[in-house]
Amino acid sequence: MRSQRFFNLLTLLILVVLTAGFLIYTKVAASAYIQRVVVGLAISIILVVSLNLINGMTGVFSLGQIGFMAIGAYTAAILTLPLSMKEVNLPDLPSWLAQVELSFLPATLIAGLLAVIVAFLVGLSLMRLSGPYVSVATLGFLVIVQVILVNWDKMTRGSRTFSGVPPFTTLWWAWGWTILTIYIGWRIARSMYGRRMIAVRDNQIAAKSLGINVMRSRLLAYCLSAFFTGVAGSLWAHFIMSFSPKSFYFVETFSVITMLVIGGMGSVSGSILGAVLITVLSEILRNAERGIAIGPIDIPPVYGASQILMSIIFILVIVFRPKGLLGGREIDFNRFWSWLLPKRGEKAIVPGKEVS
Amino acid sequence: MLTLEDVNVYYDQVHALKSVTIEVKEGELVALLGANGAGKSTILMTISGILRPRSGHVRYEGHDLTRSSPYDIIQVGIGHCPEGRHIFGNLTVQENMLMGAVQRKDRAGVQRDMEWVYSLFPVLGERVRQSGATLSGGEQQMLAIGRALMGRPRLLLMDEPSLGLAPVIVQLIFKVIKQLHQQGVTILLVEQNARQALQVADRCYLLETGRVVMSGPVEALRTNPEIERIYLGGSAV
Amino acid sequence: MTQLQYLAQQGINAISIGSLYALMAIGLAMVFGILRLINFAHGDLIMVGSYGALLLLVLGTPFWVAALGGIVASTIAGLLMERVAYRPIRGAPDVSMLLTSFAVTILLENAAILVFSPTPRAFPTPSSLNSTFRFGQLQISRIDVVAILVAVILLVLLTLFVTRTKLGISMRAASEDLLAAHLMGINVNRVIATAFAIGSIMAGVVGLLWSARVGKVDPLMGFYPVLKAFVASVIGGLGSLAGAVLGGFLLGFLEILLQGLLPSSLAPFRDAFVFVALIILLLFRPNGIMGSAEREKI
Repeated sequence: MRSQRFFNLLTLLILVVLTAGFLIYTKVAASAYIQRVVVGLAISIILVVSLNLINGMTGVFSLGQIGFMAIGAYTAAILTLPLSMKEVNLPDLPSWLAQVELSFLPATLIAGLLAVIVAFLVGLSLMRLSGPYVSVATLGFLVIVQVILVNWDKMTRGSRTFSGVPPFTTLWWAWGWTILTIYIGWRIARSMYGRRMIAVRDNQIAAKSLGINVMRSRLLAYCLSAFFTGVAGSLWAHFIMSFSPKSFYFVETFSVITMLVIGGMGSVSGSILGAVLITVLSEILRNAERGIAIGPIDIPPVYGASQILMSIIFILVIVFRPKGLLGGREIDFNRFWSWLLPKRGEKAIVPGKEVS
Repeated sequence: MLTLEDVNVYYDQVHALKSVTIEVKEGELVALLGANGAGKSTILMTISGILRPRSGHVRYEGHDLTRSSPYDIIQVGIGHCPEGRHIFGNLTVQENMLMGAVQRKDRAGVQRDMEWVYSLFPVLGERVRQSGATLSGGEQQMLAIGRALMGRPRLLLMDEPSLGLAPVIVQLIFKVIKQLHQQGVTILLVEQNARQALQVADRCYLLETGRVVMSGPVEALRTNPEIERIYLGGSAV
Repeated sequence: MTQLQYLAQQGINAISIGSLYALMAIGLAMVFGILRLINFAHGDLIMVGSYGALLLLVLGTPFWVAALGGIVASTIAGLLMERVAYRPIRGAPDVSMLLTSFAVTILLENAAILVFSPTPRAFPTPSSLNSTFRFGQLQISRIDVVAILVAVILLVLLTLFVTRTKLGISMRAASEDLLAAHLMGINVNRVIATAFAIGSIMAGVVGLLWSARVGKVDPLMGFYPVLKAFVASVIGGLGSLAGAVLGGFLLGFLEILLQGLLPSSLAPFRDAFVFVALIILLLFRPNGIMGSAEREKI
């Protein structure tokens, strides 16, 4: 057991050093473009890991999480928008909001909490549904959020662009939140609570007969997922600086789902892997698209060959690796160690399930 | 008529049938006995082409059916009356019967056979326009058998036809099975009710955890002390 | 205009919109019934059909030829979709199938944007469809009447098909119990292809009626109708044909009702109210109005 613990700590240490090294290198040596990609990647990881909390672990396949991202983005942006900008851009704000200008952290926390409150309220009804019905109903939630954003002119500027958000999202903010999200996502996957959720996912009837409150564990996962998705929304808002309701609709929903499915639903490391792969791939494709310039010029960069290629890749993954690249399991570092340091006459570390 | 040679079937990782070899001769009534999960239904599903063996062969009158689809298997004359009846509850009795004959083109023959099934099970004849879901359990079983017969099978696979039915209905169903057998239909019968099965069958295979552990004419098995102890002793249904 | 005339006018509006939703929902319901696939890409068949018709109109063919061509185009697209994308993943978990249909949507919409550009194009609705009938003070647009008539005809034909023909009965059988359908020797591939074909034909028809109504086509035009068809088929109970039709008309009435009742400040929120109503309905009838309980997997 001692050696197991030692190797776990060693793994953790190596991962921390690698991540820190990567971030410092990015900050110091990489181009502004690469830095932006790395921040975008962090936000994607938060979105996918928190999507995995509900979709991967409970089996409630929500299509509406991007709605929470929108709530987070608009909430935080309204809170941090400088007072001078508020007068110009949001002249009709209620007075108690018009005088508020918060700094980044409290705004982000409030954004996350508001997402949780909304998630709790809609979750009370949505989490009772099952199968395809829950997917359609959560899709309904996404549409409701969209309709409200587009029509609540006073708060959101309606379908017009919301701009002037201060550029608060630095590399450190983004990755700080990312690491927190990963840590919590990972702890939950290994906790009693996570195991319970997975039990519910795999067999509802059995879970019920074991006295597991399906509704409660789903609701908890839903709220937690909403919190980090809301936080990601805030980070994204202060990263991109101007956005409109359309930014939080199906294209974004599909993109995050793609990352989750390709990496492997139900696995934290799979979620991260999916986010990394898709981010890198779509950057490459986007650049290629711009370089070759296929098709008429009036095509905005989001729409185009890269999207088509991405959806083909997605279908191929579902056909040939329906459980994603990692097959729903976590990356197993023990295997790496026992490959690196085989001990004679004994299995160095038993690969596979760890005993906690 | 039908042979399974060294058939191995897996459900994902679970080895469900282990080198199963079985033969059914023309005109025979063969019973498959065994506990729940022994692989009896798996054998029938493999013959019908729902499951694919990982190795081994299923042959029927010179055709190799190992890789055939259920659609083709119906065509060579194998009918399947599944466990749990699986009748179409939203369809009427008549429509259910029609589905049993879905591949047949001879309207007159289909009509004739429908009359024949209604004569075997008169209660069905009284309920032709009623939806399957409104029938009682026994009537649904009759419909399931009747529907399988509508394909004019020369080999009929029957999976637990007496499961969960009242004794009177069980008697009626076994009477029909005997009758079909006498008319020359070859039958492969899966049953938990070993006592009943051994009364009508010619030969019998005994399965345990995916393996054939005993086989032979029923007379021999009926007097086998182990069979006696496990399947006929105690309070068999 | 009297109160009564106003009601009559709104009623016809509701039935006409409901007809379109019902036709769309049928396509979703048929495919869901057999495959348990929520075909999100169903909406894009509307787009394919409309562009097909538009292309022929631009080439100068008469309207009815173009209409027929559009329907053929959406049918071919529907069959291709089934063969290429959905057949390889048959039997996969519901979620994988739903996601695949998402991918197909993104694929088709982006392909359409590449080929036709994202800007909407005018759809030259023939003037015979654009005019209105007048009964006293009541005005009824011809396109509404045509939509209702076409829907009634298609629904009658569909009913005859699923109750009188062997293939139609097989389709109902397969949608109830796929295993038994296989065991009876039903040609399941053909049944599924037929379900897609019928759904696509109806989507093609809806596409024409829709384009004629709004007078333009664009690559994302299928999104709004398919969302509505989702709601309709969920209201009725996923997989039930009768439920889909019922849900379509209920949705039509609900929308017109909201339009009439909501104060003008809330009117833009109509779609949000529709979805709230849907979620409330699901709380009381988790499987829709006519849906049967979910088959539990053992």
